[in-house]
Amino acid sequence: MSDYRIQGAKGDWEVVVGLEVHAQVISNAKLFSGASTEFGAEPNAQVSLVDAAMPGMLPTINGECVRQAVRTGLALGAQINKFSVFDRKNYFYADLPQGYQISQFKHPVVGEGIVLLDLGEGKTKEVGVERIHLEQDAGKSMHDQHPQFTYVDLNRSGVALMEIVSMPDMRSPDEAGAYLTKLRSIVRYIGSCDGNMEQGSMRADVNVSVRKPGDELGTRCEIKNVNSIRFVRQAIEVEARRQVDIIEAGGTIDQETRLFDPNKGETRSMRSKEEAHDYRYFPDPDLLPLEFDDAFIEAAQDSLPELPDVKKARFMSALGLNDYNAGVLVAEKEQADYFETLVAALAKAAKKDEAAVAVKASNWLTGDLFGALNKAGKTIANSPVTAEQGADLLVLIEDGTISGRIAKDVFEIMFETGKDAAAIVEEKGLKQVSDTGAIEKIIDEVIAANPGQLEQYRAGKDKLLGFFVGQVMKATQGKANPGMVNQLLKPKLDG
Amino acid sequence: MSNIDKATVAKIARLARIKIEEDKLEPLAGELNNILDWVEQLSEVNTDNIEPMSSVVDAKLRWREDTVDDGDKQDSVLKNAPNAEYGFFAVPKVIE
Repeated sequence: MSDYRIQGAKGDWEVVVGLEVHAQVISNAKLFSGASTEFGAEPNAQVSLVDAAMPGMLPTINGECVRQAVRTGLALGAQINKFSVFDRKNYFYADLPQGYQISQFKHPVVGEGIVLLDLGEGKTKEVGVERIHLEQDAGKSMHDQHPQFTYVDLNRSGVALMEIVSMPDMRSPDEAGAYLTKLRSIVRYIGSCDGNMEQGSMRADVNVSVRKPGDELGTRCEIKNVNSIRFVRQAIEVEARRQVDIIEAGGTIDQETRLFDPNKGETRSMRSKEEAHDYRYFPDPDLLPLEFDDAFIEAAQDSLPELPDVKKARFMSALGLNDYNAGVLVAEKEQADYFETLVAALAKAAKKDEAAVAVKASNWLTGDLFGALNKAGKTIANSPVTAEQGADLLVLIEDGTISGRIAKDVFEIMFETGKDAAAIVEEKGLKQVSDTGAIEKIIDEVIAANPGQLEQYRAGKDKLLGFFVGQVMKATQGKANPGMVNQLLKPKLDG
Repeated sequence: MSNIDKATVAKIARLARIKIEEDKLEPLAGELNNILDWVEQLSEVNTDNIEPMSSVVDAKLRWREDTVDDGDKQDSVLKNAPNAEYGFFAVPKVIE
């Protein structure tokens, strides 16, 4: 893959990207109150008086949110700070009843870490994480429900967010996309965030600047609240182009906050946000410093599952998968789990090593099942064919009960009906014919029925072997064991 | 010497959404400067190698369990709202 460049009138430009990802922490209760975090409740029904910022209410930290932030930090190989401080970030907005957001400014709970990007064809790149801090989400404003009023729902107010801040290490829309994809995969693996971008549990602020390759960093613009990986890519593309056009026309870039409009495919200034940037951070006098010990960190470490990078390496080294398939399988935890269940069940039923059946399992999963799921608009989580059922099907091929060709038909029926493979094979009489006598009889019939082709074959037209194989398979409705057909057919044709 | 001018007072007031009449800005700047100068006396004390004090008592941050034990009180939450409709706070339109 060559370097991403924006072609300007006066040469090529490089784009520099950093991301601030807001990830909603998976917890039952909010960061500082006992109100529920569940999505989709009646407006203002999941609000405590703390979240509504009533006078005299005091915040109390939810330990689970701290644990989840620490687990996320550990999953990114990051430094964990046993001492951190909550600050007030002051700004005025209708859905922020406190008039400030409790966040972490100078002393975040997690320090520097790393995300390894998978860029395809076995290529990887390290992107630095500068910090992760814990903060409160704001409420939700709805501007289109009433001609004069904005409606405010505080259900989200006070829900815990992790702000994961990257270094400005990305150099293309693809790298930014790969970073978000990987980060989402990791938080979903460890269960610290559900990664659901449609519901807003993960969203990104995208910092974009351009420069001539090798130059100092240019002035950046921040594109706020981009809520899909596709939009992040698009926003970077159009914003970089906009900046190049301005600079080449002799202008300069103003550091500002912008909004991406996916319908118009453009970014535009949010000037009103500018003065709000004076956040006047100071330590929150309602909260003492956040402290925990090594045992807390160790327990968090012990609770982590095998992470995607490690899993991928294991799939390749221990199970013999190629880089591409291993990458596809580990991208989503549900897929990796399905694959591991499938391989274990298949190995057990076929009485073979997992390594001996893994590639077949992987090919079936990434080819047949993913293809069918994709076509049906389903995901692995609601697959009509379970991993155990998949293993049962593959065993039937392994032990010669059905051919690979017939297996595809059986799979189609399984996918539609959810029935077991063995039942379908039995019901439809799809068992592979491996009886020498039966196959020989059919071969004799086929040869007798096609004297012309036989003559041509014997005259040297070798290609007709395929024709005879096809005729035999047709006569058996595909049930003849193809290996045996080949073996038995040739001597008979040769006479 | 602190140096808060009229423009700074106006800016702080705007950020805090406090309305201050033009003729009050100058006197307020003077008052704020006096306050800051008074606090400034603290800088005479040498605080090298001294950790910031986060509490006057020897206390640690209290943690809560991750259990839902609050909420479900829409009426109380909205009780003091100048205007509420359909369970929402209804505030003057603040669209960008």
